[in-house]
Amino acid sequence: MVIERRWKKWLYFYIPLTVFVLFTLFPFYWMAVTAVRPDPELYRSWRAANATPFWTLDPTIEHFKGLLESTEFLQWLWNTLMIATVSTIISLICGMFAGYALARLKFRGSEFLGTAIFITYLVPQTLLFIPLADIIRNMQLGNTPWALMLTYPTFLIPFCTWLLMGYFKTIPRELEECARIDGATRFGAMVRIIFPVAVPGILSAGIFAFTLSWNEFIYALVFLSSVEEKTVPVGVVSELIRGDIFFWGQLMAGALLGSVPVALAYSFFVEYYVAGLTGSVKG
Amino acid sequence: MAANPGSAAGAVLPAEHIAVSRWTRLLENQRVLAVALLAPGVAILAFFIAYPFVMAIWFSLTDISVGAVGKFVGVDNFAKAWEDTIFRTAFRNTFFYTFWATVFKLSLGMWLALLLNRHFRFKRLIRAWMLLPFIIPTVLSTFAWRWMFDPTFSVLNWTLFHVGWITDRLPFLSDGDWAMWCAILVNTWRGMPFFAITLLAGLQTINPDLHEAAALDGANAWNRFWHVTWPLLLPVTLVVVVFSVIQTFSDFQLIYVLTGGGPANSTHLVATYAYQIGVASGLLGQGAAISLFMFPVLFAVVWVQLRYLKRMEGA
Repeated sequence: MVIERRWKKWLYFYIPLTVFVLFTLFPFYWMAVTAVRPDPELYRSWRAANATPFWTLDPTIEHFKGLLESTEFLQWLWNTLMIATVSTIISLICGMFAGYALARLKFRGSEFLGTAIFITYLVPQTLLFIPLADIIRNMQLGNTPWALMLTYPTFLIPFCTWLLMGYFKTIPRELEECARIDGATRFGAMVRIIFPVAVPGILSAGIFAFTLSWNEFIYALVFLSSVEEKTVPVGVVSELIRGDIFFWGQLMAGALLGSVPVALAYSFFVEYYVAGLTGSVKG
Repeated sequence: MAANPGSAAGAVLPAEHIAVSRWTRLLENQRVLAVALLAPGVAILAFFIAYPFVMAIWFSLTDISVGAVGKFVGVDNFAKAWEDTIFRTAFRNTFFYTFWATVFKLSLGMWLALLLNRHFRFKRLIRAWMLLPFIIPTVLSTFAWRWMFDPTFSVLNWTLFHVGWITDRLPFLSDGDWAMWCAILVNTWRGMPFFAITLLAGLQTINPDLHEAAALDGANAWNRFWHVTWPLLLPVTLVVVVFSVIQTFSDFQLIYVLTGGGPANSTHLVATYAYQIGVASGLLGQGAAISLFMFPVLFAVVWVQLRYLKRMEGA
């Protein structure tokens, strides 16, 4: 009886879970192995007798060195970090204010505005990039980080607003009312009472917004043109493929290094990230 | 000047002091405060979403291209796109890609959520790992997949060959149909964690007593899932599906990196084709028209979502 149960648990639980874990993580392992594999081994046909695809016997840091020496990779990393940070901060401030107004203040049209902001959340970048590129060019912002710092909030603000609105609604009104009786202004009560209590929600929105901006591609691809202004995803795509030639070692080294900051941010705030993820769809 | 700001400001600059308090009093009015708080966010959204959207419609009705002023051409761009066989393929692909990727993400995501809902060692660690595909930039992880699908150096071919399942290499990205399924696979890999984690959050709100009661009544695992879990998860499932459908339908980066729309333009989606026409070829009007073909579908999805939310609030 016990033996049968254990067998069942393997079949229905351990084996499927292991398959899921392998499926999820293998591409990252593959990235890492490729990044340290020397070129002669990298470009060895899958039919070759001495192919050892799953590991390498003499790892090399050649590709990382090549990446840092022959490309502007560190500059791209810095650009991405700055753009993601600034657009996250802009979106958080707008989202905190708007979220508070929608959650707490009574005014005509609040329901309409809430719905309108929710709808913009669902407008994809690929619908807007062509005219937006024209607008950015006319504002003389083309090829500057501001092109992205101002446009990334378009997909971050709606989501921050909704997430924080939901969070503010869970904070008891009495907290604010006490402060108001003590003579605080509405604005003061919001900044000094509500925002500090909402720090977990703000962190969730912030970490989620940061990863979203780090991931953004099409605006960065269309709005930036010079090599030293690019973000990591765009730089990797446009500079590590020359003509038809893929520099796979450097590509994978770049993919690995480009993922590190966002993976670190994520690993420190996993719980907040999950809260943001699940909160963002509850609306 | 920092010693006693209130009295100092009041003594030296009485006018400003009065202005400040009037401003403060004004902000006590809920409507004024609401306008002030909403203004920055709404301004950004209006200028960078609403305005470009109107521009997109205007572009699509003109023959504007890079460096040339457009003149009104009516619906020519839409008609031209509709007669273009590559566009037709891209349009069909977009539905195909969205449908199958969503089916896989939902079913595998649900399965994974049910597995993660159990108690086991290293649960938090595994759950954190599972989300990695979702947070690592799509472009970067898609390169890893492209390298795995490489015609000459594919590790998948190597493995299948050595296991003995194939005798010749599989044409992962060099055949149109294969390439489309590869894109669906990568999209599933990337989007599944979002489904799993969100559904897991939903699962954790379900009262375990319900399952126990059903089990006492003799329901087996499948029946318990179908008659207890699934109906209770339906609201959150619907929201996740709507989000995912919108993201997948408007996807760009995955195809751009994995196949670039090839081989022979067979894997274009609406968004990648709009990019090719609008940016790579500089035909802004034509490109805007192509991307607007996504709008009716997205609008319908959002409309269903809003109707559903309204009904939930009413209930």
